[in-house]
Amino acid sequence: MFFGLGVLRGLMVTLKNFVTSYFMPPDRGGLFTVEYPEKRLPVIERFRNFPFLVYDKDPENPRCVACEICANECPTKCIYIEKDTDPNKKPLRRPAIFDIDITVCMNCGICEEVCPFDSIYMDHPFEVASSDRLEKLLFHKNDLLKSNDYFHKIRPTHAAAIDARRRAVEEKKKSAAVKPSETGQPPKAQNGGKP
Amino acid sequence: MEILDSIFLNTKKIFLDLLGCWLPDWMILLVNIGIIIGVIAVLGPVIMMYLTLLERKIIGRMQNRIGPNRVGIFGILQPIADGIKMFTKEDIIPQNADKIVHFLAPVLMVIPALLAFAVLPFGRGMIPVNLNVGLLFFIAVSSTSTICVFMASWASRNKFSILGGMRSAAQMISYEIPMVLSVVPVILSAESLSTYAIVEAQARWSGLHWFVFTPWGLLAFIIFFLCGVAECNRSPFDLPEAESEIVAGFHTEYSGMKFALFYMAEYMNTFTVSALAATLFLGGWEGPVLPSWLWFFIKTHALIFVMFWFRGTLPRFRVDQLMGLAWKLFLPLTLINIFVAGGYHLISDRNFRVAGASAVLLVSFLLFTVFLNRKYMPEKRRYDLVD
Repeated sequence: MFFGLGVLRGLMVTLKNFVTSYFMPPDRGGLFTVEYPEKRLPVIERFRNFPFLVYDKDPENPRCVACEICANECPTKCIYIEKDTDPNKKPLRRPAIFDIDITVCMNCGICEEVCPFDSIYMDHPFEVASSDRLEKLLFHKNDLLKSNDYFHKIRPTHAAAIDARRRAVEEKKKSAAVKPSETGQPPKAQNGGKP
Repeated sequence: MEILDSIFLNTKKIFLDLLGCWLPDWMILLVNIGIIIGVIAVLGPVIMMYLTLLERKIIGRMQNRIGPNRVGIFGILQPIADGIKMFTKEDIIPQNADKIVHFLAPVLMVIPALLAFAVLPFGRGMIPVNLNVGLLFFIAVSSTSTICVFMASWASRNKFSILGGMRSAAQMISYEIPMVLSVVPVILSAESLSTYAIVEAQARWSGLHWFVFTPWGLLAFIIFFLCGVAECNRSPFDLPEAESEIVAGFHTEYSGMKFALFYMAEYMNTFTVSALAATLFLGGWEGPVLPSWLWFFIKTHALIFVMFWFRGTLPRFRVDQLMGLAWKLFLPLTLINIFVAGGYHLISDRNFRVAGASAVLLVSFLLFTVFLNRKYMPEKRRYDLVD
C-alpha cells in the first residue's frame, strides 16, 4: 500500500549482499570467486581432457599396439599413427609415430571408449595454451606417453578397476596356458564393462 | 584538532608568506587565485578517477563480484590504466556530423561541472569563492550541462543520440523545478543564498543542528537528492544514456578522450551534487570532534555511496514514470513543503511545530501518492476504417 516500500526492500537486498561479501563465507552470501591464476580449485577425479597413452613399465613398450581403432573412430581425425617395423620391414605391435593434434581434438573421449588394449585415456592438464601452434600443440608420442603410476595418481578409482581387470585376464590366460584341455577354448582379451 | 582543521589553509598561508618576500602584493593575489584554480582543476579529474574505481568496486560487491583488483594493490591504478586506454583510442567523428559542435560538446560539458566546485565549502574557511548567491550560481551552472548534452546529441546526427538528447532535455526541465523548489525552505531558514552561510546556520547543537533533522528538511533533502540523481543522469534516472534502449544515448558517436570527458563530467556532477546536498541538509563541514574538511568528505561520500547503491539496485524508469514522479509527486510536495517551512518558523512552540509539520507533510504525501498517482487509463477510441 505504501509507495516505495518495495524499493526499500530491494535496497536492503543489495546492501546485505554488499556487507556479507566482506565477512561471510561463500555459502552464506560471501564471495565465491576463485582468483584463478593464483588460487585454483582442485581438479576432480572424473575431469577428462586431452588423451594420453599409458605404459606399464617401459616407455619403449607401451600398451598401445598401433591397431588404429582410435584413429579411425576419432570424429575429428586428430590422431595419426604409424606402426613400428623391425629391420626386416616386418610390422611390430607398437607405434612408431603417435601424434594427436590437440588444436583439432574436441575432448570427446571416444578414443578411450573404443581402445581394446586399455591404452589411451583422457588426461587432466588443461593449461596447454601456446603461441606455437605447429610445434607445441601437436603432441607426439613422447609427450603422450605417461606411466601407469601417473594414471593412478590422477584417477585412482578408474585406474585401480582397470588394473584389477587386466590382472584377472592375465591370470585366466596363465591358467589356460597350464591346462588348455580343461577350458577347451583359447582365452580372449575382453574389453566389456569398462568402469 | 585546530591544527588539523586548518591544515590546508595554513599551508597555503605559509606558502604565500614565503612568496611575499620576493613578489609584490598584487602578484600574491594572483598566485592565491591561481592556487585555488589549480586545486580545483586537479581535484576534478582526480575525483572522477577514484569515483569510477569506487563505483566498480562497490557495485561489484553488491553483485557478489570482486571488482577490479589487478592493476596495483586493490586495483587502485585501474583508473590510470583506463585513462591511458582512452587516450590511445581512435577519435571517430561521423562523416555527416556537425564537426565543430561535435568537438565542442564534450569540452563544454566539463566546464559547468568544474565551475560548480567554486561554491562548495570544503571546510571551515575553505571555500573557493564565497559568493553571496552561491546556491543560485550552482543551480544555474549545473543546469547548463543540458545544453552540452543536447549539442552532443544534435551534432552526432544519429537517431539514438537525438533520442537521448531529447530525453535529457525533458528530464532536466522536469527535475530542475522540484530541485530548486526543495532548496527554498533551506534559504528561508538560513536567510542567505551563500553556501557558506547556510552551513554556518546549521552550527548549533555542537554542529549537529542539521536541516535534515526537521520535518521539512527531511522531505526537502529526499526530494533534492533524488532530483540530484536525475540531474547527473545516474541510474535509475539514466534515460538519456539507456543502453538497453538507445545504444548509449547522447554519447553513442563519441569515442576515445571525448567519451572520457563525458564520463568525467558525469562523475564530477555526481560529486558536486552529493556535496551540495550534504552542504544544504547534512550540515556541510559542521560536526563534532573530527576536522571540518573530513566531515565534509565523509558526508559527501556517504551520499555518493547511496547513489552507487541506487545504481546497483534499481532498474531504469520508464519515461512516463520519470515524468510522473517529478510533476505529480515531487512538485506538489515541494510547494507544500515551502508553506510548511514558513509556518514552522512562525510557530515558536517546538513540539507543536514539529508534530504539525510532520502531520501536514505526511498527509499531503499520502494524498499525492494515492490521488495524483492513481492508475489512469485513457479512454478507448475506435477508428472505423473508411471504405
